[in-house]
Amino acid sequence: MLKFIFFRMLQAIPVLLIVIAVTFILIRQAPGGPFDSEKAVSPYVLEKLNERYHLDDPLYQQFFDYLGNAVTGDFGPSFKYPTRSVSEMIFTGLPITFELAINAMVVALIIGISAGLIAALRPNTAQDYIPMSAAMIGICMPSFLMGPLLVLVFGIWLEWLPVSGWGYSAGDKILPSITLGATYAAYIARLSRGGMLEILSQDFIRTARAKGIPEHIILFKHALRGGLLPVVSFLGPAIAGLLSGSFVVETIFQIPGLGRFYVQAAFNRDYTMIMGTTIFFSVLIILFNLLSDIIAVMLNPRLSYGDKN
Amino acid sequence: MTANQTLRADTIQGRSLWQDAITRLRKNHLAMAGLVILIIMVVVALLTPWIAPYSYEVQDLDLGASPPSAAHWLGTDTFGRDLLTRVMYGGRVSLAVGFIATTVALVIGVFWGAIAGYAGGRTDAFMMRLVDILYALPFMIFIILLMVVFGRSILLLFLAIGCVEWLTMARIVRGQVLSLRQQEFVEAAVAMGLSPLTIIIRHIIPNILGPIIVYVTLTIPSVMLLEAFLSFLGLGIQPPQSSWGLLISYGVETMEEYPWLLLYPGLVLSVTLFSLNFLGDGLRDALDPKTSKD
Repeated sequence: MLKFIFFRMLQAIPVLLIVIAVTFILIRQAPGGPFDSEKAVSPYVLEKLNERYHLDDPLYQQFFDYLGNAVTGDFGPSFKYPTRSVSEMIFTGLPITFELAINAMVVALIIGISAGLIAALRPNTAQDYIPMSAAMIGICMPSFLMGPLLVLVFGIWLEWLPVSGWGYSAGDKILPSITLGATYAAYIARLSRGGMLEILSQDFIRTARAKGIPEHIILFKHALRGGLLPVVSFLGPAIAGLLSGSFVVETIFQIPGLGRFYVQAAFNRDYTMIMGTTIFFSVLIILFNLLSDIIAVMLNPRLSYGDKN
Repeated sequence: MTANQTLRADTIQGRSLWQDAITRLRKNHLAMAGLVILIIMVVVALLTPWIAPYSYEVQDLDLGASPPSAAHWLGTDTFGRDLLTRVMYGGRVSLAVGFIATTVALVIGVFWGAIAGYAGGRTDAFMMRLVDILYALPFMIFIILLMVVFGRSILLLFLAIGCVEWLTMARIVRGQVLSLRQQEFVEAAVAMGLSPLTIIIRHIIPNILGPIIVYVTLTIPSVMLLEAFLSFLGLGIQPPQSSWGLLISYGVETMEEYPWLLLYPGLVLSVTLFSLNFLGDGLRDALDPKTSKD
């Protein structure tokens, strides 16, 4: 087990290096330097600026400098707002994005697993079709459509909930969390239905029933553990999806999180900010994928370590 | 072959896998409804320049935003442009992105997977390890990065999305090819001295069309969603071109006063995604009855 974790972590290192290198090279290819502006900058000032930000060093040296600083969590100053550092902006936005992602995940897990269980108990009846059709709607309706529609109905027409913000007024966290969680609730519902159906048809469940074990114990103690395996392996990719989903949800609800910073940096061509957030996001996503792989192996020892083919 | 066998082949019509699949698909009403809606969408998109009720750009500032009426079925936007026309033109772009980017993914994925699976051994290990590594990359972010660095061109969008979506295709194809390679007809082809490329194209790919078609049908909606997502953020399709994602993002800005500007483009996008997903699920059930949903 430890060996498996160790090798999976070793695998993550080259991936991270590739991400950083590709990001770095791409950003350097971008047309238009960071100091291009409406006002003409004199060549002398430009030279001084390049010197200040070490843009006149050879590329490989810049890369290793950047790498060294990034390891210690220093992504340099923002090009757009030179008084603020990229790390500072990441760490003001991160807690908010994190809270949003956790809320959304809780919404997704509660709704998704209950819907999946309800459907799996009576397959091919109305009890199955209704939650699964709802799940299909959740998958097909993009968050950038569902969010505004929820705002329109509950925020503007019914005036039940605030339409934007995060922690400014009571209840303003509800709509963003539902918007972000809905798609994942739908996927989780489908996955847990499939997983439960497969487990419930197996011999050990029949044996448990024959022994007269109460149905709720069979369901929650025997079946759930195996039945939710597909959900667990979905969690890693889901976290990655939640992070990129936060771009849209934070933009719609004007939440000052990391996702919104990223989109704004992309608009402003704030190169250091894009680079910092890209690398930061990548690390998070790779870590979560690693974590969900490890949890999946812990829950199901039959998945052989190491040999994934 | 004896005369008896010839006779039987004549009188009893054999049913191929494909005929069987079509029969099964026909019985799936949701999938058939999806297919019909998609055909209508594609035909309308192809004919848009001739059948659109108004010109795409002509503004009628006196009219401004007007709710749906007899003259403008879906209403007009804040510049007085006909929404139906704009949704039709937007659909051309959205559908084109869906189909073209999926084709890019299809070509790369099928060849990568087929070559890896057919070659086996070290080549296979290397090629699939590369796919594993790429899988771990946060692609959404990379596409945004690409759009920022190289400007927001539609061609780049096709390529970037296509380059992301080929990975799963490569895995599926490789798995199929690995099992096909052991079979006698491939051995026979090798013995006849055919080149590996000919064997892959003529003998292997036709045999794995089923899973490929299913995966393509399910890739198109995810690609269209990705494009709409980027366009919504302002990082995808740029005006004056339009797509459903862009129309939705305009609709959101004015939804309080003019909700129809959000509702209709949203409805059209959702219905299209629905149809594609239902068709994909239906095809999967029809072509491979063993694997049920999920």
